[in-house]
Amino acid sequence: MVVVVVAVITITSSGDVMVVDRLVEETTSDGETSLGRGFLQRLSYSLGSCFFAFQDLSLPNGTPVDTSSPASSSSLLNRLQLDDDLDGETRDLFVTVDDPKKHVCTMETYITYRVTTKTTRAEFDLPEYSVRRRYQDFDWLRNKLEESQPTHLIPPLPEKFVMKGVVDRFSEEFVETRRKALDKFLKRIADHPVLSFNEHFNVFLTAKDLNAYKKQGMALLSKMGESVKYVTGGYKLRSRPLEFAAMGEYLDIFALKLGTIDRIAQRIIKEQLEYLVELREYGPVYSTWGGLEVELGEPLEGVSACIGNCCTALEELSEDMTEDFLPVLREYILYSESMKNVLKKRDQVQAEYEAKLEAVALKKEDRPKVPTDVEKCQDRVECFNADLKADMERWQNSKRQDFRQLLMGMADKNIQYYEKCLTAWESIIPLLQDKPETK
Amino acid sequence: MFRSEDNMEDCLLKKIEISVSEAEKRTGRNAVNMQETYTAYLIETRAVESQTEGQCSPVDSLWRRYSEFELLRNYLLVTFPHIVVPPLPEKRAEFVWHKLSADNMDPDFVERRRIGLENFLLRVASHPILCQDKIFYSFLTQADSRLKALSATFRVKNPDKRFTELKHYSDELQSVISHLLRVRARVADRLYGVYKVHGNYGRVFSEWSAIEKEMGDGLQSAGHHMDVYSSSIDDILEEEEHYADQLKEYLFYAEALRAVCRKHELMQYDLEMAAQDLTSKKQQCEELATGTVRTFSLKGMTSKLFGQETPEQREAKIKVLEEQIHEGEEQLKSKNLEGRDFVKTAWADIERFKEQKNRDLKEALISYAVMQISMCKKGIQVWTNAKECFSKM
Repeated sequence: MVVVVVAVITITSSGDVMVVDRLVEETTSDGETSLGRGFLQRLSYSLGSCFFAFQDLSLPNGTPVDTSSPASSSSLLNRLQLDDDLDGETRDLFVTVDDPKKHVCTMETYITYRVTTKTTRAEFDLPEYSVRRRYQDFDWLRNKLEESQPTHLIPPLPEKFVMKGVVDRFSEEFVETRRKALDKFLKRIADHPVLSFNEHFNVFLTAKDLNAYKKQGMALLSKMGESVKYVTGGYKLRSRPLEFAAMGEYLDIFALKLGTIDRIAQRIIKEQLEYLVELREYGPVYSTWGGLEVELGEPLEGVSACIGNCCTALEELSEDMTEDFLPVLREYILYSESMKNVLKKRDQVQAEYEAKLEAVALKKEDRPKVPTDVEKCQDRVECFNADLKADMERWQNSKRQDFRQLLMGMADKNIQYYEKCLTAWESIIPLLQDKPETK
Repeated sequence: MFRSEDNMEDCLLKKIEISVSEAEKRTGRNAVNMQETYTAYLIETRAVESQTEGQCSPVDSLWRRYSEFELLRNYLLVTFPHIVVPPLPEKRAEFVWHKLSADNMDPDFVERRRIGLENFLLRVASHPILCQDKIFYSFLTQADSRLKALSATFRVKNPDKRFTELKHYSDELQSVISHLLRVRARVADRLYGVYKVHGNYGRVFSEWSAIEKEMGDGLQSAGHHMDVYSSSIDDILEEEEHYADQLKEYLFYAEALRAVCRKHELMQYDLEMAAQDLTSKKQQCEELATGTVRTFSLKGMTSKLFGQETPEQREAKIKVLEEQIHEGEEQLKSKNLEGRDFVKTAWADIERFKEQKNRDLKEALISYAVMQISMCKKGIQVWTNAKECFSKM
């Protein structure tokens, strides 16, 4: 058996060498290596994040990579110039969440969602899958991903707990909002070049009986996992790399601003609803007046109806904002928190490494090489840094697109509201100007 | 406001002090046997005496509610049609905007009303003619005033139906327009709130853009548009005040309509009284001439008890009565003419008024619709600009 290891390194103009990524692949029993698509994608991802293109690819010892897979060096080259986000043509995994259904059992009532997968990937036995999953299952998946991919940012889930009696867990609006968030969650994972190949994700999408797998998973250690030992208690970092420090600071302010926007949006909705209450009383008074009048009867009735239409339009606007705008905003607050947690983990890994390094230095022994466990730590740090940096950039891009869409959507909804009102008022002008027939 | 230094002439206030000293919330049953809450006011009167040491005249007091003051004023209007009768304070808390309560139970409103009612009583009491009225006096001093009974008897038997309808219409018009104005003020207040909160977006977008690279410019400029949106409401609402003013004019016009109807009622009442008087005189005359007593009269009884009149006395009485009858018939004729004239001219003016009202209010509604259209277009403009900024993020 052969183990293929590819280390991707960068060399800066000042001569600094950094290990960006390290990929490991085992050969099959008959000695052939099949560098699967996943491997290559991950490779291209890492290379892409180094921001330069290779002319050829070689292993540390100089031998060229044997690519017996369909991907040749030239297509590898193409992929190196790809954006972080895989565009539609190269995407080979499509996941959708829809069709919520209520299940009433003796012990509990809950909702399941249909998860549909379409793929051409070799890791999947079939090209299509359709399974039913409940929130618990998504939560399990997320935990597993966090465990098994600790160096990556896992997308957030919609909030787990809802106060019974305050929010109706089975109302159409709540279920739909949740469905959208769960759909987003799976799509983000499916688009991620590393997470999408996670074993647990595969099982989540394909297994008929997820519970059986869950129970099994409790006993086994994940093959790809590397449990990060958490250093409890205080730790001091020598120096946090700039990009992570900057990200941390950015996230703090970002979360604050999002919180403020959330509060403003809520306040606007509240004011709009109070405005609506008054409008609902206003319109009918014109109608009452119309009942008193002869010639003015129709015009006044027209004004009353017009105000009624504006009420409807306003109601729709408030509903849209509540259902579409606020949840996405809150999701990003959760996303920032996840990111912060991953940054913390990274700090801890670095701290662990530095602690070990210090311990070795203190021993003052004359060692020819660095002990292996310290070396492992160093690798861990470097891997983590590389993964996280790539994910951070990915996150920034997603964030930009998501907010662009969100805010444009908000503007759109307001434009539609005003257009509906405009139509209503314009349509009664001829009615108001109408001259009665001379008797 | 009423000032005591004003020339009081020979009036009631020289004899008694009047004040509306307290207001109290009450619950009771109204005319249709429904539970209602209302405010009662305490009227206190005290004789003005040269106060000797230690001696203070006793205070008389009684409770009255607003509707009773209204009855009094209506009575005064009818009884003294040539007098400018002092007005009452607002019946309802009207046209308030910006947080002020539109509630009749609001303590500030009640207090202002108390002062207004006191002012009304003082003005009536200082009027040389009005203050002499017995009904007014009993309103101040006797709990069981004849006012209610009087209002019941003051009924015109044959009013012109058109005037009755018109009076009803003007009441309803007043009620609906004042309701409309109140709600419009509340609507404006709420709309103001919605627009102003959007201003907060401007600031937070600006702060957010400071930490962003590519998104920064888009956010910043969108924030500016939010500021524009937020400040646009001031002009919009100011323009709407013109519309409110147009409505208010017709609110007050309704009052003027009612005055015309009342005048007709008064004339009709006067006419009916005169006709009634004439009939009774004719009857008296007939009785004297034929010697038969048809109706019971105290005079008749006393004459029976204390002796009959001489034929000469009777003859004299008949002559006086015949003269009065003749006069009365002339007066009735002229009153009838007057009445018909009044109806003709009044109704012509009312028709003219109706045309004017329809024209004016249609115009007002059109201008209101135009204002709304302009507001919508502004809204579309601002949000379209903001959307463009967002698209550049």
